[in-house]
Amino acid sequence: MNYFPDEVLEHVFDFITSHKDRNSVSLVCKSWYKIERYSRQRVFIGNCYSISPERLIARFPGLKSLTLKGKPHFADFNLVPHDWGGFVYPWIKALAKSRIGLEELRLKRMVVSDESLELLSKSFVNFKSLVLVSCEGFTTDGLAAIAANCRFIRELDLQENEVDDHRGHWLSCFPESCTSLISLNFACLRGEVNLGALERLVSRSPNLKSLRLNRAVPLDTLQKLLMLAPQLVDLGIGSYVHDPFSEAYNKLKIAIQRCKSIRSLSGFLEVAPHCMSAIYPICGNLTFLNLSYAPGLHGNKLMKLIQHCRKLQRLWILDCIGDKGLGVVALTCKELQELRVFPSDPFGAGNAAVTEEGLVLVSAGCPKLNSLLYFCQQMTNAALITVAKNCPNFIRFRLCILDPIKPDPVTNQPLDEGFGAIVQSCKGLKRLSLSGLLTDQVFLYIGMYAEQLKMLSIAFAANSDKGMLYVLNGCKKLRKLEIRDCPFGDAALLEDVGKYETMRSLWMSSCEVTLGGCKSVAEKMPSLNVEIINESEQMEFNLDDKQKVDKLYLYRTLVGHRKDAPEYVWIL
Amino acid sequence: MAKEGLGLEITELRLGLPGGGTEKNEKKRVFSEISEEEENEKSNGPPELQSKSQVVGWPPVCSYRKKNSFGDKDGSKTSKFYVKVSMDGAPFLRKIDLALHKGYSDLAKALEKLFGEALRDAESCEFVPIYEDKDGDWMLAGDVPWEMFIESCKRLRIMKKADAKGFGVLQSREALDGTLKE
Repeated sequence: MNYFPDEVLEHVFDFITSHKDRNSVSLVCKSWYKIERYSRQRVFIGNCYSISPERLIARFPGLKSLTLKGKPHFADFNLVPHDWGGFVYPWIKALAKSRIGLEELRLKRMVVSDESLELLSKSFVNFKSLVLVSCEGFTTDGLAAIAANCRFIRELDLQENEVDDHRGHWLSCFPESCTSLISLNFACLRGEVNLGALERLVSRSPNLKSLRLNRAVPLDTLQKLLMLAPQLVDLGIGSYVHDPFSEAYNKLKIAIQRCKSIRSLSGFLEVAPHCMSAIYPICGNLTFLNLSYAPGLHGNKLMKLIQHCRKLQRLWILDCIGDKGLGVVALTCKELQELRVFPSDPFGAGNAAVTEEGLVLVSAGCPKLNSLLYFCQQMTNAALITVAKNCPNFIRFRLCILDPIKPDPVTNQPLDEGFGAIVQSCKGLKRLSLSGLLTDQVFLYIGMYAEQLKMLSIAFAANSDKGMLYVLNGCKKLRKLEIRDCPFGDAALLEDVGKYETMRSLWMSSCEVTLGGCKSVAEKMPSLNVEIINESEQMEFNLDDKQKVDKLYLYRTLVGHRKDAPEYVWIL
Repeated sequence: MAKEGLGLEITELRLGLPGGGTEKNEKKRVFSEISEEEENEKSNGPPELQSKSQVVGWPPVCSYRKKNSFGDKDGSKTSKFYVKVSMDGAPFLRKIDLALHKGYSDLAKALEKLFGEALRDAESCEFVPIYEDKDGDWMLAGDVPWEMFIESCKRLRIMKKADAKGFGVLQSREALDGTLKE
């Protein structure tokens, strides 16, 4: 097989960048495995407990970029207790001890301490990029360490993290010699920032392309920053509140017009809707617009803004846009590929403003639509069938009806047929989230048609074990299955335990599985960690196997039981 | 706590099976049972889903987004919620921004500041805090979660109990605080 010298193969492998492909390459033969592992620079680990840092380091000595994910997805919705796990410190510690020249670290749903950040900042001379998504456990002190010590830092991107803000001087910690910043996103920080330090930092960062501010950055600072960085491609506005007749506002209008490269706009964390006209000049070039944190922007002002955005490919908004507003989107945004409509009213007290009508309008007007997250008041089978016909290219389809067991309001039927149409039509569907009144039937359809499905989220659905069985038997490419409040029990869980080894993880909460059932899985499959999260006082250690388990999280792993689980997590 | 009616305890992490371990063939009914504030009411037929969104983790919006797109708890909301406040016996009405307050107890303190004198002068009077909602109905303050309250409150009135026939419950000025507690 090996007619080429290693260097040639390595050169060829350089062109293979997707993780999946590189993983495949490494399986071809021993020599390819060896060449691949020495040349691999980027590694993605979807579950930090599936492998240990030591083994990672041993296999990939040339590692430069590491992506790690920690907690299960449902942790986002408060279903996973606070200190369940997902600590990054052991990884950083092990990497620091090794000779790995880490340059990039991307974390999602992990617990990141200031200590970790400090160690990170001091251990890797060429460290360039830190991306933290939905993480917690750190304060602005940790950020100060990164700013101060990472001499070649290019990217500091904080997305939706819970950060304890000590009202930073952290921005001032970037030394004068730091001129390499390309991306700075601190929109999720709640505290004040040193505006002067921010201005100086931006002025000495000629390569800055992405800047996302928090709400403590006022309009006049924004104007100054835009004057300093007209080359920006991605802008997140903090506070956008001003008097439209003021000098500062006029200056802002001029500054914005100079920013001809902006393609992505977000933020408006505080917004005065009557000042939006200053933004219009850049709207025509936007490909991504995220207004999902701007509840102050709605009605006609919002619609007028959208009417200027003819090139939009991705739109994230709140449901106060209404069906009518979605109609405007359908007429204007012909290039739209991704739409996310978030709820603006936490209690869904009838003020939520989108229904199946808005979705149908968008599907008709935007034929390129392939990714959807849609929180709505109601949905009908007819609408879903129409959407499936209009948009057969869905890769991600996540529908959340605010009342999760609501039937089709017109026919009073379950939404089985509607979702069935989606999976049948969208042959490339990789991710699906269901809601509304659903019986076992929808799962029959999913098992039959959703051949490419990798991730499925189910809540308050199905009538019996059959539902889960259809999915496990049918979806050959399934990687992540997360289920809450469904009547799936041991029979479904135990039907094909080998299947779980082909998946990243399974989450089941408030279902019908018992302790005995879970123990059985653990016994049969030593390559899985079967975790029971149990905080109730009633459950005790020597408990009846017939006791129902409140939360089950199982995942494949090469390194056995983790040692950092809290008391209330039992690993069977 | 004077009032259990806020139902906020339901949003805390609920463990153990929903519905208290009874045989459940239809998980769909279980949802409606989780979401009821009154634990006494377990009807046989599918009950109306009133406080439906007070189930843990539903709607599935991540907590960061919940805190920031509905208006965060620091009180720095984008919109303001100024409402008129009248108090029986006080010569002037006042206005307060509900968005600046974190909850009912915070509001009670603010009202006390605004109307302190009038409250003190009316020693023997008992007061009831009521508000006019979007539909024009006069409601007793304290029943619904705070965020829901500020969305629907159009004006506030601190009414003398003597005038409050049909509103019931409150006994004393201390109860004003009690009722307004979270």
